[in-house]
Amino acid sequence: MESIISIENVFFTYTDGTEALSDITLEIQPNEVFVLFGPARGGKSTLLRLLNRLSDLNEGAQHQGSILFNGTDVFDRRVDVTNLRRQISMVFAIPTTLPGSIRDNLTYGLKMAGMRDSNILEERVERSLQQAALWDEVKDRLDASAFALSGGQKQRLCIARSLALEPDIVVLDNPTSGLDPLSTATVEESLFELKKQYTIIMVPHSVQQGARVADRAAFLLDGELVEKGDTQQIFLYPQDQRTEDYVTGRFG
Amino acid sequence: MSRQQSNRLAKAIITIVSAMVIIPIVFVILFVVYNGIGALSWEFLTAPPTNGMREGGIGPALLGTVILTFVVAIVAMPFGIAAAIYLAEYAKDNRLTRWVRLAIVNLAGIPSVVYGLFGLGVFVLFLGFGTSIIAGGLTLGLMTLPVVISTSEEAILAVPQHFRTVSLSLGATKWQTIRHQVLPHALPGILTGVILGLGRAAGETAPILFTVAAFYLPELPKSIFDQTMALPYHLYVISTQVPGMPLTIQYGTALVLLLIVLSFTLIATLVRTNMRRRREW
Repeated sequence: MESIISIENVFFTYTDGTEALSDITLEIQPNEVFVLFGPARGGKSTLLRLLNRLSDLNEGAQHQGSILFNGTDVFDRRVDVTNLRRQISMVFAIPTTLPGSIRDNLTYGLKMAGMRDSNILEERVERSLQQAALWDEVKDRLDASAFALSGGQKQRLCIARSLALEPDIVVLDNPTSGLDPLSTATVEESLFELKKQYTIIMVPHSVQQGARVADRAAFLLDGELVEKGDTQQIFLYPQDQRTEDYVTGRFG
Repeated sequence: MSRQQSNRLAKAIITIVSAMVIIPIVFVILFVVYNGIGALSWEFLTAPPTNGMREGGIGPALLGTVILTFVVAIVAMPFGIAAAIYLAEYAKDNRLTRWVRLAIVNLAGIPSVVYGLFGLGVFVLFLGFGTSIIAGGLTLGLMTLPVVISTSEEAILAVPQHFRTVSLSLGATKWQTIRHQVLPHALPGILTGVILGLGRAAGETAPILFTVAAFYLPELPKSIFDQTMALPYHLYVISTQVPGMPLTIQYGTALVLLLIVLSFTLIATLVRTNMRRRREW
């Protein structure tokens, strides 16, 4: 199968000289849930932020290598970054709702892209909320402030907000970090529906969560890609001693 | 000394020091109100001064100050806010930017009479505006700029980084992010800075002394290239230059000037609390 993302020999160094990523090579297939896991400061978020070039916000940071998205290098001069970020949409660990109503949050990205057709906007609002399993809870108060939602609802709103853009890839950076087990389960379940339509790249909250949701996974340690493979292989029969130590809970 | 004792002592000292600051201010305000309230009337606020300024009102001076404040707002607001956006959002953190910031902080501390002389040299003489509303307004605007820039920049920097990142990650451009997320959030702080700056400009004497203020000019200005009377300078004139000046008119004028400046502060406070309440989290 043709990869949707192909990361080739990527290095990333922050302004202060910290090498966050070292020689990462990775292929991501369409419609899979790809899990990036490993201890903190291993480079997971850095790698995610490179995919849609949110890494541009780190002034003075250096990168090498290439990240091909549908065959085009995201670092190519001709790439329209705002377009790229709509195609590779990101959900953050801390659910940040923007000031305004639930509806405002969902339509923000589309409106910034110049979408004015209220029929399409309405349709996207409903569909994305349903995909994120939030529709039933908020359908009667779309114009209420988004700040009033609970933590779990906010996170699903953030997921819906990304989906409303109809991206190719949804990037989830530890989306259940602040959630209770029940909300976590809701989010995890929605992933199985979502991957029918989207490619999902995710940093999980725990090794266990990674094992539950992943089709394939990669283990990142200190900016190095230690091991990658199918869920079975990497969580049950890891080849590398370090991966085994981490998934069995010997460190991390 | 025990911890409780030092705790009580600290509180006592801080209370006394605060009182030493607050009591004189309250006293000054009450003193001016007490002596000036008798002069206030519609006639006093609108009529021109007569009989060598010993009778009549302060109409032209009041109007002049209102016009000047308006000009200052037009000058200082767009340039100040634009500069603040540039410094907070676009400027790279390099030596040049640091020098610019340092310069702005220092400009805010320059005595106002220096601005007055600068305005005389540049606007009145070099650019040939003469002593006029435009020259005075630009001088006052220049003096207000550093305050507007500093407070606006602070308000912009106080906007949580999350909002910017989220907005950008949803495909908004940098300017859309500033326009739709950063500025609405920073607006109460920006407006507070602008209004306080205007309040200061309305009450300053030195910058208008050589650039716009007329000693005695009962006619109202017809264009921005005319001179005008202005309240702070008028107060200076009737307090020092006119023998046999009735005290009530002096204090009445002082009271009006005080009320103008205080009302700016009050508006700033109201704007801020009102907007904070509307922007719930």
